[in-house]
Amino acid sequence: MLWSALSLSLGYNATLVTLGSSLLGAAAGMAGTFLYLSNKALISDAISHATLPGLGLAFLMARGFGWDERQLAILLTGSAASAALGLYFVTLLTQKTRLTQDTAIGCVLSVFFAFGVVLLTIIQTVPGGRKAGLESFLLGSTAGMLYSDALLILILSLFTTLLLLVFLRPIKLITFDASYGETLGFSSRRVEILVLFVALAVTVLGMKIVGLILIVALLIIPAVSARFWSEKVDVIFLISAGFGMISGYIGSTISAISPSLPTGPIIVLCSFGVFLTSFIFAPQRGILAVALNHHRFQKTVHLTQGLLLVAQGQSIYEPKTHRLLRRLGYVRADGVATEVGNSMAAKTLLNERRWSHWNKLVRDSDQFDDQTVFSLMDIEKKLTQDQINMIDQGLVQKQQGQV
Amino acid sequence: MSGITLVSNRGFTLEGQTGQDAPLNIRGMTVSYGQMPAVYSIDLKVKSGSIFGILGPNGAGKSTLLKAAMGILPVVSGQISFFGKPLKEARHQVAYVPQRTSVDWDFPATVYDVVIMGLYPSLGLLRRISKSDKAKVAESLSKVGMQDFSDRQIGQLSGGQQQRVFLARSLVQQADVFLLDEPFAGVDAATESAIMLVLQNLQAEQKTIVVVHHDLSTVTTYFDHLFLINRQSIAYGPVGEVFTKENLTKAYGGKLGSTQLGTIGL
Ligand SMILES: Nc1ncnc2c1ncn2[C@@H]1O[C@H](COP(=O)(O)OP(=O)(O)O)[C@@H](O)[C@H]1O
Ligand SMILES: [Mg+2]
Repeated sequence: MLWSALSLSLGYNATLVTLGSSLLGAAAGMAGTFLYLSNKALISDAISHATLPGLGLAFLMARGFGWDERQLAILLTGSAASAALGLYFVTLLTQKTRLTQDTAIGCVLSVFFAFGVVLLTIIQTVPGGRKAGLESFLLGSTAGMLYSDALLILILSLFTTLLLLVFLRPIKLITFDASYGETLGFSSRRVEILVLFVALAVTVLGMKIVGLILIVALLIIPAVSARFWSEKVDVIFLISAGFGMISGYIGSTISAISPSLPTGPIIVLCSFGVFLTSFIFAPQRGILAVALNHHRFQKTVHLTQGLLLVAQGQSIYEPKTHRLLRRLGYVRADGVATEVGNSMAAKTLLNERRWSHWNKLVRDSDQFDDQTVFSLMDIEKKLTQDQINMIDQGLVQKQQGQV
Repeated sequence: MSGITLVSNRGFTLEGQTGQDAPLNIRGMTVSYGQMPAVYSIDLKVKSGSIFGILGPNGAGKSTLLKAAMGILPVVSGQISFFGKPLKEARHQVAYVPQRTSVDWDFPATVYDVVIMGLYPSLGLLRRISKSDKAKVAESLSKVGMQDFSDRQIGQLSGGQQQRVFLARSLVQQADVFLLDEPFAGVDAATESAIMLVLQNLQAEQKTIVVVHHDLSTVTTYFDHLFLINRQSIAYGPVGEVFTKENLTKAYGGKLGSTQLGTIGL
């Protein structure tokens, strides 16, 4: 059962739902990257909550006109319209008043959501409204999703993904440095609108699968997780898409096997799993790597300082340093240096002298790199042999000068 | 308001160039955030081939002036032209170097990623980055002494290195006039002289350079022309004529002690 679900052989409909969720996840991961990088993560929460009144109104209107009120396209159009209105109000409040963006978001979000809840309650009281299934838009459900719904989500997710890929350069530029981007002729307003439009599209498309309450998680968590793995925006963008895709894929698969589990929360929990893995295990930025690097760094500091003291014939008072040198066999229990210890100390001292001479040489010249001017690093690994020969000549001259 | 001499509303004379094709020509520009003008009725004509300093106290509107000239901020009134054309038609000839502190340096990008942004207008949306594009980036980086830092994460750069990266990004644009906002603020001495050398080399190539500046002690060595501003124009012209005690007092008011004037030899 699990395998047939994972391998997309659970029937045409389920396959389409899984593909739709995966692509939606990818689109959300991509759009979320730029919301996250421009500190606009919260705006997606405003968008999602602002969809609710539109959803209710679209339902009522469709019924009034005698259309099929459960047509996904109609409901999503209504939701998109009211989310766009909500976004417009957030922008308006931020620009025309002294409200900060998070305050504006808080106001718009709660008012729209309240209005939406009232509308849904009214719908439930009208005859036949109880069967509308609008509650499923709150937490998402793929159970009983129609073929046409899945196809719609699939196609539109693909479209938004393509849109982001085509405009990747201006989006990167404006996210990093909007003013400069303007001077190059790119409109920061248009780029912002584009990113918000994609976020809106993803939100609205995600309502059916993830639900409007949790869609913010699908936009933000993959991006935040991806940030742990890379320092390049293009790579983060792709990793985030991948993470979103995996979450959507696994989440909808699990939900296909046991339809009683809510799809949205499962997808979000999957993406949280991805986040947790990144947070702990990512090289460089993960907490394990950070702790390990810190430990290594501390050890280097103690070792270098201890060996310098040995080289200068002084005693080591710091217990930690002493323990470290003893463990490495550089000093004996009584604090006297061993033969290996002495030769390591001599090496460390030479490294220190070479660095301090180098620092003097480069301080006023143009060859600067404040990453390498510390004696904690092995100079032979950082500088070329020619540079070291030059330093050594200088050291020799200095010694002769002192004699 | 045309011809050889312009008379500003403040009543002093602007020795302009003949013709209207100055690299940067600003007439009657007022920019405001809300009701209070940040800069008011500015007339300014930048001489071709000069290293042109814009000097004034904190909050005088220097950054505002540059941003409005570059079309980043809307103007309340006034005309701005580059080489006699509106910015729209002269964009490829103009390069802007924003204040280093105006961006978030934790942004996930390498030095290369930032510098190549200067080529985005010619790259367009989808054109592949070619060998010659990469060569342009490498050349700009080596002009500012950052050739070994291409793959360095920008979050790990020192202030001076950040400033060099911004300068390199403007160099790839191969513009004719450069507008720099406080390029020497908070950078090390080596970077300051390296940047100044780059600017002088640009001048030797007949380029025009406009620099917003705050350090009075280097004004006479760095610039040939000067514009003193404190929300309104204070003085304008060759450094020797403009950089006087009276003008500086007018621009800086009480903020400038007599000891400070003493140290810069006025
Ligand atoms: N975004 C802004 N909103 C409101 N006022 C601003 C803004 N930016 C600058 N100002 C004000 O405009 C004036 C000029 O600022 P600015 O051009 O940055 O001066 P300078 O660069 O000479 O230090 C200052 O009084 C500043 O407080
Ligand atoms: Mg400024």
